[in-house]
Amino acid sequence: MSDTVIADRIQFTFTVMFHYLFPILTMGLAPLIVVLRTLHLRRGEERYAAAARFWTRIFALNFAVGVISGIPMEFQFGTNWAQFSAFAGGIIGQTLGLEGVFSFFLESTFLGILLFGERRVSPRLYWWSTVLVAAGAWLSGLFITATNAWMQHPVGYRLAADGTVQMASLAALLGNPFLWWQYLHVMNGAVLSAAVVMASLGAYYLLAGRHIEFGRLSVALGVGVGAFFALTQLFPTGDMNSHNVTTYQPVKLAAMEGLFQTRYGAPIAIIGMPSTTEHRLLDPVLVPDALSYLAYGNFRAEVKGLNDYPEAEWPLVQLTYYAYHIMVGLGTVLIAALLLGVFLWWRGVLFTSRWFLWVLLVLLPFPYIANEAGWVVTEVGRQPWLVYGLLRTVAGVSPTVEAGETIFTVLGFAGMYVLLGVLAVFLAIMIVLRGPDEHPAAAH
Amino acid sequence: MATFWFVILSVMIVAYAVLDGFDLGVGAIHLAVARNDTERRTALNAIGPVWDANEVWLLGVGVGALLAFPRAFAVGFSGFYLPLMIVLWLLMGRGIALEFRHHIVDPMWQGAWDVVFSVSSLLLALLYGVAVGNIVTGVPIDEHGWFQGLFAWMLNPYALLMGLFSLALLVLHGAHYLSVKTDGALQERAYRVAGQFLGLVTALAVVLTLATFGLRPELLANYRSQPVWLIVPLLAAWCVVAMFRAHTRHRHDTAFLASAGLIASLLVATAIGAYPYLLRSHPFPERSLTIANSAASLGGLVTATYWLVPGVILILVYQIVVYRAFAGKTSLDTSAHY
Repeated sequence: MSDTVIADRIQFTFTVMFHYLFPILTMGLAPLIVVLRTLHLRRGEERYAAAARFWTRIFALNFAVGVISGIPMEFQFGTNWAQFSAFAGGIIGQTLGLEGVFSFFLESTFLGILLFGERRVSPRLYWWSTVLVAAGAWLSGLFITATNAWMQHPVGYRLAADGTVQMASLAALLGNPFLWWQYLHVMNGAVLSAAVVMASLGAYYLLAGRHIEFGRLSVALGVGVGAFFALTQLFPTGDMNSHNVTTYQPVKLAAMEGLFQTRYGAPIAIIGMPSTTEHRLLDPVLVPDALSYLAYGNFRAEVKGLNDYPEAEWPLVQLTYYAYHIMVGLGTVLIAALLLGVFLWWRGVLFTSRWFLWVLLVLLPFPYIANEAGWVVTEVGRQPWLVYGLLRTVAGVSPTVEAGETIFTVLGFAGMYVLLGVLAVFLAIMIVLRGPDEHPAAAH
Repeated sequence: MATFWFVILSVMIVAYAVLDGFDLGVGAIHLAVARNDTERRTALNAIGPVWDANEVWLLGVGVGALLAFPRAFAVGFSGFYLPLMIVLWLLMGRGIALEFRHHIVDPMWQGAWDVVFSVSSLLLALLYGVAVGNIVTGVPIDEHGWFQGLFAWMLNPYALLMGLFSLALLVLHGAHYLSVKTDGALQERAYRVAGQFLGLVTALAVVLTLATFGLRPELLANYRSQPVWLIVPLLAAWCVVAMFRAHTRHRHDTAFLASAGLIASLLVATAIGAYPYLLRSHPFPERSLTIANSAASLGGLVTATYWLVPGVILILVYQIVVYRAFAGKTSLDTSAHY
């Protein structure tokens, strides 16, 4: 693989993984803010409005960094992946265009009211603004996932005479069987993350003995929503998403599970080290027949292993495998912790169990890591394909962009994003330390 | 269909330039016209509710090009690699400054972000003009159909002059916007800046028009074959006159609409001159990218039109809702987020 391809891949990977940290919270928190605003409208209690305002401040900061780090993604299709754009623009331009027209404008426009307009518009229009910002965010998730789903499993296209792919059917594109469970899994992951963030920050307030009522509301909502979505992240969304991978990308399945040898009654590896030199999993702890059951619903079903495919078709096995196991491992931890939280709530001791509040606090980064790990599985696992079965990654890059130029811009992004990340975390901590109903501009 | 999408793309470019144009203009004059924290906050809150959605038009242009003319998108974006990266970083700086400034009430913190906001806005206004200049004069496309944007030729005198013009025009437009949205000393200063730039913008417009047709006489071809299009440059001239009159009469709304009209008509006039070329090649004009050799399939374009038209109507509806919600002078009440 040439230096140009490596540099382009590093840049895209780095910028998209940084960017994605923010949409996770945007997509997950927006509906929770709608819930709080609805409660306020229905019950008239000021504490719901105060809570909504606090989370909106977090939301605003998060959204801004998301937008800022998102624009480079669209640009990069053209700057660093020009051959991919020329090849597939007729298709990905549609899904990305839908995202721009129907979701970016929607969320950006009504965010203006959300952030600036509480005193300028009626409560009803304000409530609608929160709903429309959430709708815009969720539509954005849909169309970007549609783009990715097409790359994973191309449908609705035809091969044109000039060697490009052109759109044959938008309905087929949006009806891509790969799309809908992937979308639900992605959105579920976002809501789960927001719930954990809410529970963690609420736990901080309870532990610190400040804003107790707000802390309880946040912990209750966070744990309740989180427990539900932690379970649905596994089943049905995670399970059905994996079924699609099994059907359409069997090599990816084999890599993520570390299955080298085709087996009737294939095991799941709880732990183990895939070795691409020895073509086997080293030092594994296995659950016999479990993979066959999960993949095909039959303990004796045949699951294809990596050894049945030429190595040129293999993705980076170790990275795919470990990312997958990190995702599942953290997901399991989240399920256990949040179910425990529900149990403690049922026993009436959730808000006073300091040890558990510390657990909630520590949980905060886990859903982020799990989300990112999941994307690493799906993107690295798709290699060597950029568009599965149609265009290899090495053939998608920009012919006139030197590796050196890209290395320079990677360093530029790295510098900006480190600074941005540190400042964003710093400012988020300041919002948390001030607490609800404390904002510097309120002093003016 | 290809022509229709050329028009759509031109409309989106105009929308971006007119809307984010005033955001950038306000930014460019920010340090000069807003002298204390209250005035600074007023200026930022004047564009606050709308700048993000305005910026989305830029994404619309990019994605519209990807969808309709993928080859031109690919060649153009990869060719202008470093300039586009710099534009990206400036956009990032502008947006971050806007959101981060209000989090800490401290003169050093706020002052620093004011500078980032202003400098990035100014440089963006400048660079966009340089980009337009290079697209108008053409780029050196090689035998494989790609080009490399090197600073050596991108920073040529014509493009730099176009950059200065773009900056001056957006400063004028931003000053008009602030005159509409603010009052008191801040409005006074914005009004005076507008007055100072009227003459400069007019002079540069004339010089650049002559320079453009002098350097690239082929851009006059469409005007020669269909003189009815001359109405567009005439409209531009009319907008200039309207601006001068509005300025004398302190009619800020009219002045703002006139500068919007000027930006729009100049860009449309350029598009008419360019049609059907998307990216002219110079030398070797036979390598130019046109709507004919870059377009995506007819079926795709037709389908996209079906969702684009209702989509744009929806966008116009939301934008009207928001601009109306924030009509009138900007006030620093408790819901002023910045």
